[in-house]
Amino acid sequence: MADPILEIRGLRLSIRTDEGIAQVLDHIDFTLERGRILGLVGESGCGKSTVIRAIIGILPAGARIEAGTIRFNGEDLLELGEHELNTRIRGSRISFIPQDPYLALNPVFKVGSQLLEIMRWHAPDSSTRRGRDKRHRDRIVALLRRVQLPDPEAALERYPHQFSGGQRQRLVIAAALATAPALVIADEPTTALDVTTQQQILDLLRELAVEFGLSMLFVTHDLGVVAQLCDDLCVIYAGQLVESGNTAELLARPRHPYTKALLACHPDRAVAFSGIPGTVPSPLRAGFGCRFAPRCSDVRGLCITRRPHLMADRLGRRVDCALYDMPERVTT
Amino acid sequence: MLLLAKKFARDIPALIGLVIVIVAITIAIIGPWIAPHPGDVVASHLTQRLKPPSAAFPFGTDNLGRDLLSRVILGTRGALEVALIVVALAAAIGVPLGLVAGYASGWPSELIMRITDVFLSLPQLVLALALAQLLTPSLESAMIALAMTYWPFFTRLVFAETRRLKAALFVDALRGIGAGSTRILFAHILPNAISPVIVRATIGLGFTILVAAVLGFLGMGATPPQPDWGLTISESRNYLPDAWWYATFPGLAILLAVLGFNLLGDGLRDLFDPRLRRSR
Repeated sequence: MADPILEIRGLRLSIRTDEGIAQVLDHIDFTLERGRILGLVGESGCGKSTVIRAIIGILPAGARIEAGTIRFNGEDLLELGEHELNTRIRGSRISFIPQDPYLALNPVFKVGSQLLEIMRWHAPDSSTRRGRDKRHRDRIVALLRRVQLPDPEAALERYPHQFSGGQRQRLVIAAALATAPALVIADEPTTALDVTTQQQILDLLRELAVEFGLSMLFVTHDLGVVAQLCDDLCVIYAGQLVESGNTAELLARPRHPYTKALLACHPDRAVAFSGIPGTVPSPLRAGFGCRFAPRCSDVRGLCITRRPHLMADRLGRRVDCALYDMPERVTT
Repeated sequence: MLLLAKKFARDIPALIGLVIVIVAITIAIIGPWIAPHPGDVVASHLTQRLKPPSAAFPFGTDNLGRDLLSRVILGTRGALEVALIVVALAAAIGVPLGLVAGYASGWPSELIMRITDVFLSLPQLVLALALAQLLTPSLESAMIALAMTYWPFFTRLVFAETRRLKAALFVDALRGIGAGSTRILFAHILPNAISPVIVRATIGLGFTILVAAVLGFLGMGATPPQPDWGLTISESRNYLPDAWWYATFPGLAILLAVLGFNLLGDGLRDLFDPRLRRSR
């Protein structure tokens, strides 16, 4: 357990908007071990996608990283320049599977030329253009076959709109694998698909992760998906990491009041459809302390002033909550 | 592609436009060989001046006895050349500016777009006249002046398209796989934004022929003895209305050329942009 591929420490990020400074991420802190799949779970707008964007370095205008480090293979990505990220990291070492496969491909080019283009950037070599193109083509066809896209040879000559949603997601997955990356980041890759297709894609991702020796950061709002796919799990609420640990462990024994409430809302578990009272606070008015406090059923006096910090137990379960601050209460 | 061709073939006005444009381009290319009197660019035959249309001179002759049919034919190349150069120049300035302004944010984008707005707010003909006057009247300065007044249309158009496409997920995906801004802009966004540019350029060709003729008419463009359509109409003023043919035929040539490019441009727009249906 001592070989992290991605390590995020104390990440704080704010975005300047017309109405003021929004504290979008506050104290995001997690580790992705090599060869494992880590799920990042939270409600819409909690900052999941922003975490991804911070890792890849494609933050929106006005965003500023105030504190923290993002280490990939021990190297702080925040220290690297745009050019270095483009040539050494993005696409070649870290691949990105975007949320909506309908929109992730350029509509005016054939699929084959888009996939070949990616390979041409990231796999430069000295052989003749012809030989290299042939080899790239072969690899792409093999990949498309591997992601179970029907008739891969013909697929290269088609345009993105000629594929169905599930097929397009397979294309995007093949594109992400084309350059043999070490880390794949997937931003809700199954959300836009129907349930049966979603299941197939999840199975495929699971297989591919083992087969290609990938580490994967998987972002979703769906706990059911996490339970099936992810080894480890991080729960984010309103830009704060509230709890992390082994998936099965965490789902079986949630500690943070938010995780408990979230699990109670899940249709499979809910006794009566309950929901969590209140709404997610606006990041514009984020004060100190725990952001879940206003909705928490177990709130204490010190929750309002307590700075976020994670307490870990011996099994690697970590939780950020005043209830567990007292060492004697962190029991396994 | 085949589908588009079929759709285009059903659009009668666009087909008429296409035919006119093809004929005009053909005449422009082979003009010197089909004109009955190719020497009439500079020649003068004072014995046969201001003859009405006849079998020998189907469009009549001008005040120097030159065959108007030949001069209209020979003027086609100049008119199309001017239009093509002006539109190409305007697109070469306007399209990259629009791409950059659309993709960048903050002050560089604002700066480009406000300059564009300033150029757009001035009446085009007035600006072209002022610039042409400033640069000593000649065909070259007329072309520069026209290009300087036409580029903002391309900038606005490409800016809007780029803004729309910038938010597209495939751009994020491209950034995520390590594509630089230049590559994204020119290899991915531009091809997506090119069809309205083609439409605008086609309509611009017709428009430029018209404005170039106006500049010629006002003495700010072509200089005698060039067989320029606008210039010819200007020269005919002293002989109207008796020598009606003198202004009529060059005028018809302008009308047809502009009509052809506009019909073609409209047809292309209907083809490329299914959201914009012509109300018919």
